[in-house]
Amino acid sequence: MTARRLSSGGEIDRSRPLTFTFDGQTIEGFEGDTLASALLASGPRVLGRSFKYRRPRGLYGAGVEEPNISVSFHDAAGAQINLRPTMQPARDGLALRSDNTDPDAAHDRHALIDRFSRFLPAGFYYKTFMWPNWHLFEPKIRAMAGLGTVDSALTGPVAEQVNHWCDTLVIGAGPAGLAAALTLARAGEEVMLIDDGSRPGGSLLWREGRIDGKDGATWLADTLAELNRLRVRVMPRTTAFGIYDHGLVALNQRHDDGTPDTLWRVRPTRTILATGAIDRPLPFDGNDRPGIMSAHAGLTYLRRYAVLPGQRITVACNNSTGAEVAAAMAQAGAEVTLVDARPDAAPVAGVHNRPGRIASTPGRGAVSEVVLEDGSAIACDCVLVSGGFTPTIHLYAQAQGKLGWDADQLAFVPRTEVTGQTPVGAAAGHFTLGATFAHLGSTLGQAPQAEETQPYAITPAWPDPQAKGRIWIDYQHDVTTKDVALAAREGFTSVEHLKRYTTLGMATDQGKTSNIAGLALMGALTGRDIPQVGTTTYRPPFTPVPLASLGGLETEQRMAPLRRLTLEPAHRAAGATFGDYGGWLRPACYGAATEADQPARIQAEAAMARDSVALFDGTPLGKIEVIGPDAAEFLDFIYYNTVSTLKPGRCRYGFILSEAGIVFDDGVLVRQDENRFLVSCSSSHTAGVLALLEEWRQDRFPRAQVHIHNATAETCTLTVTGPRARDVLLAAGVTCDDGLSDEALPHMAMAWGSWQGQGLRVTRVSFTGDRSYEVSIRADQAEALWETLHTEARRLGGGLLGVEALQILRAEKGFIMIGKDTDGLTRPMDLGMTGPLRRKKTEFLGRRSLWQEEAQRPDRKQFVGLEPADGAGILPCGAHGIDTSGARPRSLGHVTSSYHSPTLGRPIALALIERGAERIGEVIEIQHLGQRRRARLTAPCAFDPKGDRLHA
Amino acid sequence: MHIYTCPFCGPRPETEFHFGGEAGNDRPDGDVPAQAWADYLHYRQNPKGAAREIWIHLTCHEVFVMTRDTVTMAAQPGEPIPSDTTDRGDA
Repeated sequence: MTARRLSSGGEIDRSRPLTFTFDGQTIEGFEGDTLASALLASGPRVLGRSFKYRRPRGLYGAGVEEPNISVSFHDAAGAQINLRPTMQPARDGLALRSDNTDPDAAHDRHALIDRFSRFLPAGFYYKTFMWPNWHLFEPKIRAMAGLGTVDSALTGPVAEQVNHWCDTLVIGAGPAGLAAALTLARAGEEVMLIDDGSRPGGSLLWREGRIDGKDGATWLADTLAELNRLRVRVMPRTTAFGIYDHGLVALNQRHDDGTPDTLWRVRPTRTILATGAIDRPLPFDGNDRPGIMSAHAGLTYLRRYAVLPGQRITVACNNSTGAEVAAAMAQAGAEVTLVDARPDAAPVAGVHNRPGRIASTPGRGAVSEVVLEDGSAIACDCVLVSGGFTPTIHLYAQAQGKLGWDADQLAFVPRTEVTGQTPVGAAAGHFTLGATFAHLGSTLGQAPQAEETQPYAITPAWPDPQAKGRIWIDYQHDVTTKDVALAAREGFTSVEHLKRYTTLGMATDQGKTSNIAGLALMGALTGRDIPQVGTTTYRPPFTPVPLASLGGLETEQRMAPLRRLTLEPAHRAAGATFGDYGGWLRPACYGAATEADQPARIQAEAAMARDSVALFDGTPLGKIEVIGPDAAEFLDFIYYNTVSTLKPGRCRYGFILSEAGIVFDDGVLVRQDENRFLVSCSSSHTAGVLALLEEWRQDRFPRAQVHIHNATAETCTLTVTGPRARDVLLAAGVTCDDGLSDEALPHMAMAWGSWQGQGLRVTRVSFTGDRSYEVSIRADQAEALWETLHTEARRLGGGLLGVEALQILRAEKGFIMIGKDTDGLTRPMDLGMTGPLRRKKTEFLGRRSLWQEEAQRPDRKQFVGLEPADGAGILPCGAHGIDTSGARPRSLGHVTSSYHSPTLGRPIALALIERGAERIGEVIEIQHLGQRRRARLTAPCAFDPKGDRLHA
Repeated sequence: MHIYTCPFCGPRPETEFHFGGEAGNDRPDGDVPAQAWADYLHYRQNPKGAAREIWIHLTCHEVFVMTRDTVTMAAQPGEPIPSDTTDRGDA
């Protein structure tokens, strides 16, 4: 162990020790530690393995950029997997497990793979395991290069989601973000300040600086106190992971106590992007070893958690910030050597100054020595590297901001104005307090004063294409300079190809530390400079977000709520089995104790409805009123059929087509009186029909006197069907103005009536082929009527009818269900309804489309019945009718509905078959899952084709 | 989630709206040539940049015209269709 905890300093509370385990080993820490700082202070050096070569790895970063280490744990609240230990507070009693190691990080059994790395270049797996089929090898390979394991049995608590608004959202609570929040809050704005760290302060928590004449810590405390007085909402542990259209910002808030993360959707008027910058690694042979860490991460561990990362530390840098890290480490008691690549770097007091660059790190495992380019060696147990700052511009780029290359600072910085987005501080390329506040003052009109120390200065230290050894670009995905060179040789020189071919920047860290070095190397290999190579597209999320957080409360019923019937309690009391039918929870059948009982019950219900009488809840059927002097003219345009010739008190079955001539919906239209129509539409289609009616009314009939009103939910519709249907109504006491005789109320007529003084509407239409009455009554009166009708139906040998049995009854009659017996190509002529096309005089929706060549083809698929011709039971729904005359079988269409008919005592089916109408009587072959059947084409209507039963 | 502005109800989330096609795509009535009908049915301008579109606000059922930028996704406040603002008495 080389890192150690200092006896004083830091944010940790030494009076509150805690312990947890890592791969079974006990780790001690203090309240205020992150998992990473506790592991660093007392734990093993090898904390994880790389994805591909299973190289031993230690911590590289101290924050969101950590590329190497990923851990998981299970506790009472559920599983948390793929966590960066740098972002998680240490908690007493946790049992951490390193991800992607077997059996543990220190003794990984796949570590041998690294010996064969020269045979495993970029694209190796895809190139090698092609024969016979990649999918044979994929599971094993994926299991070896995996992340934390999902336990699908666990169902943790549901995550919360919050919608929020503010004038200004400040992302990043470092000095730039704090100063911006203060300025805007003082000006009276409602400000929200978030930061992904455990506490606000940003670099003030680990770097020195004087602001407004105070030291950084004092200015931070004073600023937070004033923000609190100004009622600024300050949210630590909160990552802004995406900016979406119209300025929507998505935040993921973590909680210290183990409760699931909270998703925030914030719509600020303005967003201040004070997201800081991330320190890059340096390229040298073996730059991925445990013990090699970002210089600013090292400084963070020292200042915030009082962990000195090594005893003999080499600080290697190519920029001016290395000096303060080296000085701080020396002051804390380490023996420090500063290797600064800048030729003009000033020596730092108290450390060994060795200008130059690291060439390699000899030996195996954790770092023990570095060799400089001049050949000299330095023994050390920790190397802190700083390759220069990369501004964190992910959110700015997601908001469609364009980047430009700053050749002095060697960084991509924001270049274009994006409405509502203001990058400030290091994210805008200002790497010192002085530069940050100068820019902030010119942007917001007010900013604190910083005592300028030294300006940021940097010299290039990009990977050298000629350098020997193994130089890592992307740590997590094991992309080395050789892989980038291979991509260049094989022509994958575009930055997007480079990414996908080598997987550079595609790991869970999304290349926060690696992308720029990859671009620089590709540029050097192809004779381009970095801005010519360009960057890949920045996409959300910035950091991994738990699916539980994204899902939130939207699960099952909360995601897609079922619509419930007013009479649901009555159905339950009658022993209904419920099913989801077009978004409605409806009785499938009644009285089935188990699932196995259902088919028999469904057959019995259908038989009962034919024999005597049945009562059905038809409430979900759409009921849209179209009212006004111009209603008939309007509906003439909407309907395929002519509407204006319909007499008051009468009903007509018709289609509504789309403009493409496709059957959009079918149903019965009722003319309640001269200027008042009722459009019945499919239960699941009501919203669509309503929108269609409104759109055409406003677009084509803007001055017409037509009013459209959705009355579906106002009434319950109780359907009584069967030979004894009228007897049930009479016995129940339902009366109509002119009585219920066939003269007063014939088939396809409607009448107003009453029951126990309550008004109702009776419509004599039939979806079963038997005498039927649809009784619509105020929803709050429906249950009493339902019970009365049920009692009278039972007295006459009848009972309740579920949706499944109704399906059989309508199929016996060849009545279609839109979307089941029709598809997105079905025209009305395909269903045998050609009359209106020939006879209708006025313009209607979709008319011209019906005369298109395609619609008039003789070989269209047409609606027919099918009867098995091989005596082998019902035909499978979805089975294809096939033409076997050619060299290869060809589909003629498919079976759309198929049932056993209790009425006919044989199987029935409906189908869409090519040229079906002219081939009635022919036998065709049916194919389903390799099985062949034979069936005879029949008319769609298999029962009572003359319709005598409607009047029986 | 986009925010669209219904001219009658103000700004609302996009889930309350239904797209009604490009504005200005006038319906040719009668027995027009197949090409003219196909133009109406299938062919769209699909402009890069400002696009004028018909939308319907499902909660108030009003149809309106909205200009939306197909590159930046910026949406201008909706405008009533001309018939909403015409005096109905002059017909």
